[in-house]
Amino acid sequence: MSPKIFRRRLDIRNGRIDLSHGSGGRAMTQLIADIFHDALDNEWLRKGNDQAAFEVSGGRMVLSTDGYVISPLFFPGGDIGSLAVHGTINDVAMAGARPLYLSASFIIEEGFALAHLKRIADSMGAAARAAGVLVIAGDTKVVERGKADGVFISTTGIGIVPLGLELSAEKARPGDRVILSGTIGDHGVAVMSKRQNLTFETAIVSDSAPLHGLVAAVVDACGPALRVMRDPTRGGLAATLNELAQQSRVGFRIDEEALPVKPEVAAACELLGLDPLYVANEGKLVAVVAADAANAVLAAMRADPLGSEAAIIGEVVADDQRLVQATTAFGGGRIVDWLSGEQLPRIC
Amino acid sequence: MRLGRVDFGGVVKEVNLAFLPEADIGDFVVVHVGYALAKIDPEEARRTLALLAEAGAAAEAAS
Amino acid sequence: MKYVDEYRDGRLARSLAAAIARAVDPSADYHFMEFCGGHTHAISRYGLEDVLPTNVRMIHGPGCPVCVLPVGRLDAALRLAGRPEVTLCTYGDLMRVPASHGMTLLRAKAAGADIRIVYSTLDAVRIAEAEPDREVVFFAIGFETTAPPTALAIRLAAAKRLTNFAVFCNHVLTPPAIQNILESPDVRALGRVRVDGFIGPAHVSTVIGTEPYAFFAEEFEKPVVVAGFEPLDVMQAILMLIAQVNEGRHEVENQYVRAVRRDGNSKAKADVAEIFELRKSFEWRGLGVVPYSGLRLKEAYAAYDAERRFGIAYVPAADNPACECGAILRGVKKPTECKLFGTACTPDTPMGSCMVSAEGACAAHWTYGRFRDRQRRAP
Ligand code: SF4
Repeated sequence: MSPKIFRRRLDIRNGRIDLSHGSGGRAMTQLIADIFHDALDNEWLRKGNDQAAFEVSGGRMVLSTDGYVISPLFFPGGDIGSLAVHGTINDVAMAGARPLYLSASFIIEEGFALAHLKRIADSMGAAARAAGVLVIAGDTKVVERGKADGVFISTTGIGIVPLGLELSAEKARPGDRVILSGTIGDHGVAVMSKRQNLTFETAIVSDSAPLHGLVAAVVDACGPALRVMRDPTRGGLAATLNELAQQSRVGFRIDEEALPVKPEVAAACELLGLDPLYVANEGKLVAVVAADAANAVLAAMRADPLGSEAAIIGEVVADDQRLVQATTAFGGGRIVDWLSGEQLPRIC
Repeated sequence: MRLGRVDFGGVVKEVNLAFLPEADIGDFVVVHVGYALAKIDPEEARRTLALLAEAGAAAEAAS
Repeated sequence: MKYVDEYRDGRLARSLAAAIARAVDPSADYHFMEFCGGHTHAISRYGLEDVLPTNVRMIHGPGCPVCVLPVGRLDAALRLAGRPEVTLCTYGDLMRVPASHGMTLLRAKAAGADIRIVYSTLDAVRIAEAEPDREVVFFAIGFETTAPPTALAIRLAAAKRLTNFAVFCNHVLTPPAIQNILESPDVRALGRVRVDGFIGPAHVSTVIGTEPYAFFAEEFEKPVVVAGFEPLDVMQAILMLIAQVNEGRHEVENQYVRAVRRDGNSKAKADVAEIFELRKSFEWRGLGVVPYSGLRLKEAYAAYDAERRFGIAYVPAADNPACECGAILRGVKKPTECKLFGTACTPDTPMGSCMVSAEGACAAHWTYGRFRDRQRRAP
């Protein structure tokens, strides 16, 4: 709550961001107090320092940072605020780490509605509280109209990974199994359904979710047989597998029939001429594990609500060309290449 | 210009019916770049599937 | 999805593959061309070539509108988009296609040109209405399926008396291109190319019907089977073509009876006839100049013709001389026989039409076919 020094309360219902909100003056302090501290409240923010100091216990620190520039800002199943929390938590968690704290930096366009900003901050706060990962430091900048698209958020997260657990992208070995935690393409399709000119009606919502609980379950079930985990966001599962193939100098063979895809997502992809393998996810992880641990990991994933549709989708193969291959439902094969540029809706 | 809502397996999109004035509620249609181009004839669709199954069955019986 | 999933059944596909294997004459070779990119996609996406007998070869034809658009026309569109008053509306497919000097619409947009992706022609009309100070040009491409929506947009713009809407028309026609392939000197003189039959397009045929193919069947003694876009449709069409070849028939048959009528869609055809007329000739990337194969706006609609309105002069631009697309589109060569394939020419750096869109023969081979090349090489 804002202290008494502010003469007028922020008009959240009708007000808009103007350049004074980024000037370092009273308007900015008020904005931070009324919107951000309100939404993200915790002992560090309350102290009002320029930094947050905290204690850490044993293990190795993990640090990750990511910028969020999404259009539209609000989409079925989430918004840029919850996404900025989940995305960075997941990047930290993929190291096998327990995420501890986040920082958030906002770049806001002049004219942006305060009501939208409040909605985003509240959603961010709710997502952080639900995940048990607090946002303890932040920054706000305002840029002139036209220099940003509403609001951009960048978040940084830190976490701790237990000593001895070293997951890494170069660790996949031929014979290892590939396990996916659930359906692919939900986030990308949910966002696209709200893009201008493309609008279609669908019940699909983004899968945006914090995965550190699921990660902990996998780490417990698998131990040292766990090679690497990734969350297939931009570029979809295809990009993730191709990256891992490069880094581990191996190939992948996946079975298309084993890939979990919601029927509505498949239909929307068909409509737009897209392939779900290339569509973004925000709440899925893919784990590469030694073959003999695969069933234990699968069971652990399925026991978690965020992994209830997990499936073993393929295996790592020796391949000096480092290709990702898929076996089709017809028994034929194809190569799942890197995507050439952004996927655009097509006519033919 | 007549518009219709077309359900693509759980995804609904507005489709232009200018080239298919006879399209009616409940019809299945072929859509290209947002326009319905043809109606699916359920009887012919059934016959095609039957032919497919028949050809396949004959081959399986022979092998 | 009803009427779709049934035609993708993997189990049925395997038994159909067995039926095809039984139907072929083991001492004969069968060369079939699927004209349309939609079929090329189904064939490669489902790995149909893996389940076909080795003596059945599919030749991927020129039926992808993005692939056959000549670089010179794309250059012209880029020049248009470079005019400060112009908003160029286009289907997403074209954004990454390289024009001369490695320029693309995507890059032009990044450099400040007002280029917008639309999903429907009517979106472009809507933009023209909403932004009267902009000269909105719709960059129209495609076959008989996309021409009717373009015609409708022009009619609508005329009815609304819009003065800031025009179409840069690049619509092309399927039958003249098939004829061009059959009449190519390679086929006639060298007898090298063998196309024993055609799989006729699905969506195009819903518009033009099966009637226009009767001429090829008759004149060139080649069977044509119009087929749906699902993998089982394609397999059934192949089975029907094999039967025709074995029995020495050359007829037009319709596998896609559930959607294609003999006369097609008369409403769509009438709209196209109202707005467009044939060009004497039109250049196809990969095929060269094909007589009476393109559409342009009639004199009565000249006000909506971007070519007339902006005085667009066509400057042909040559592809890399090493590119073998012409031979590939006619079935004379395979993608792997091109020196540039997979080295200088990949989907990220396409040098010729066959690599431009995922449905081009070279791109399809890059994405899907290499898989088979590997299997063969493996012991
Ligand atoms: S590989 Fe490239 S250059 Fe060679 S024929 Fe194909 S498209 Fe042309």
